[in-house]
Amino acid sequence: MTDAAAADLLSITLAEGARRLRDGSITSRQLTEAFLDRIDTTDNDVRAFVTITSESALAQADEADALLSRGDATAPLTGLPVAIKDVLMTRGVRTTAGSRMLDSLIPPYDATAVSKLREAGAISLGKTNMDEFAMGSSTEHSAWFPTANPWDLERVPGGSSGGSAAAVAAQQCIASLGSDTGGSIRQPASFCGVVGLKPTYGRVSRNGLIAFASSLDQIGPFTRTVEDAAMLLQAIAGPDPLDSTCYDEPVPDFSAQLERGLDGLKVAAPREFFGEGMDDDVAATIEAALDLLASHGALIDRSPSMPSVPMALPVYYILAPSECSANLARFDGVKYGYGARGGESMWSDMEATRKHGFGREVKRRILLGAYALSAGYYDAYYLQAQKVRTLIRREFDRVFAEHDVIVAPTAPTVAFKRGAITEPYQMYLNDIFTIPANIAGLPAISIPGGFGAEGMPVGLQFVGQRLDEAALLGVANAYERLAEWPTIPPSNVGST
Amino acid sequence: MPDADATQFTSSQVRDLASLVRIELTDTEVEEFRVELASILSHIDALSEIDTEGVPPTNNGADLLNVEAEDESQPAMPREEILANAPQREDNYFRVHAVLDQS
Repeated sequence: MTDAAAADLLSITLAEGARRLRDGSITSRQLTEAFLDRIDTTDNDVRAFVTITSESALAQADEADALLSRGDATAPLTGLPVAIKDVLMTRGVRTTAGSRMLDSLIPPYDATAVSKLREAGAISLGKTNMDEFAMGSSTEHSAWFPTANPWDLERVPGGSSGGSAAAVAAQQCIASLGSDTGGSIRQPASFCGVVGLKPTYGRVSRNGLIAFASSLDQIGPFTRTVEDAAMLLQAIAGPDPLDSTCYDEPVPDFSAQLERGLDGLKVAAPREFFGEGMDDDVAATIEAALDLLASHGALIDRSPSMPSVPMALPVYYILAPSECSANLARFDGVKYGYGARGGESMWSDMEATRKHGFGREVKRRILLGAYALSAGYYDAYYLQAQKVRTLIRREFDRVFAEHDVIVAPTAPTVAFKRGAITEPYQMYLNDIFTIPANIAGLPAISIPGGFGAEGMPVGLQFVGQRLDEAALLGVANAYERLAEWPTIPPSNVGST
Repeated sequence: MPDADATQFTSSQVRDLASLVRIELTDTEVEEFRVELASILSHIDALSEIDTEGVPPTNNGADLLNVEAEDESQPAMPREEILANAPQREDNYFRVHAVLDQS
């Protein structure tokens, strides 16, 4: 294959790849080899991958090519290479959640989302880097190494799913899976100039997702186009007997509803999402995006007010640490992962296990959660946060009684330089516009919305009603067609 | 709402919390976490000003209640693959320090 032909393969989408594999103009082996070569030449710079599974990927590619050549490839993603965030269990493939605690974990089972991807025919190229146990907004809290932003290698890719976002932006895979507890799919998608979708809480099974905050966690796709996000969501969505928090609702055909158009679409732009904390370059970019939507028939309403929305961040920093302090109690050095031995007692072994196994951010959040849940503080913190959560949900319900979707910036800034933010609460402020959707359990998507300071991508966010991902995908698809922002960094990482 | 002023969040509180969650901390970590936790809590305290009289708590991202399923047996995961991840094993058991004091 010529270099030009290989470069052509790297910019392929899931939709186009599926067509070309079926018309025989490319093979899955060609595609898989092109991405593995790309990882080989770029990942010293980007460092998106914790584990690369070349051998099994090529074996899967050959199986896919056999099916395709016989005309038996009925699964929609047959032969298409993707990457998986290292927080999802993959049978026989090391899964670390970015933590020393799970340095050597080889899961005995696949997460439901992973097995569904396999059933849909997708090929896994490997596991992507992340903030430890998904706690962070920069992927600097990985126990292994920081991941770089392909648009500027000195900047962070966002987080916690920074590896999955960077891998798509750097053309190391066509698409990837991430998880989003407070913005961990949408904020890195914004920073890396790709599409990131957090489905409705309960749309995708969380079985086999290493738990962070169980009332908020949700798995979703990173892609270069909205059409691809619809395809990937289709593959992983649906009820699962192994996750009782999954909705037992039929999954609509998302791809069939992409062409909804903007005419008469009622778009709310609540003022609390456009207030303080947002950098001027982001604000200007988002305003231009709203103008474009309005000039093509969308009815932008700036009047709604959601006074409890600024409380979403404090609510989150009670609920998420509380839930994580309970969830991470399982890492006791007994059944799997790292286990210190040789102490005086079972307790001293356990305390040493957690001292060495957990990083700083994780320890801080466990301590904070234990504080919020402890006797005498529970009512003031955890219970109060759950009540304010109800108020936030009600405000979303009120807006959706009169509007189809909400539009907002994804993040208040463009990607910042590695090491630039050291104060914990400053880092948490990255998620002020993404957290409200998690608190209310609503679907939300970040798509490329233009460019801000120093040519860095800015994400445009849409939030939809419960289980109405189709509306989000429709408006996002319409905007994407109109704006046609490039999703491939001009720097051409690794070209030297 | 408890007072979470930095001067009021003490080292001994941090040590008590660390012992509750079974994490060994160095003296330096205790001091760093004391300052950071107090700072985070000072931002969170705005929650106490919200009137939630008569508002029920939301404890789940979805609105699902009492999800039931048939109690059917399923094949277990392979024992060897599970035990292979144990920090320390003996035959088909996880090996740990004695839990009960033998004296």
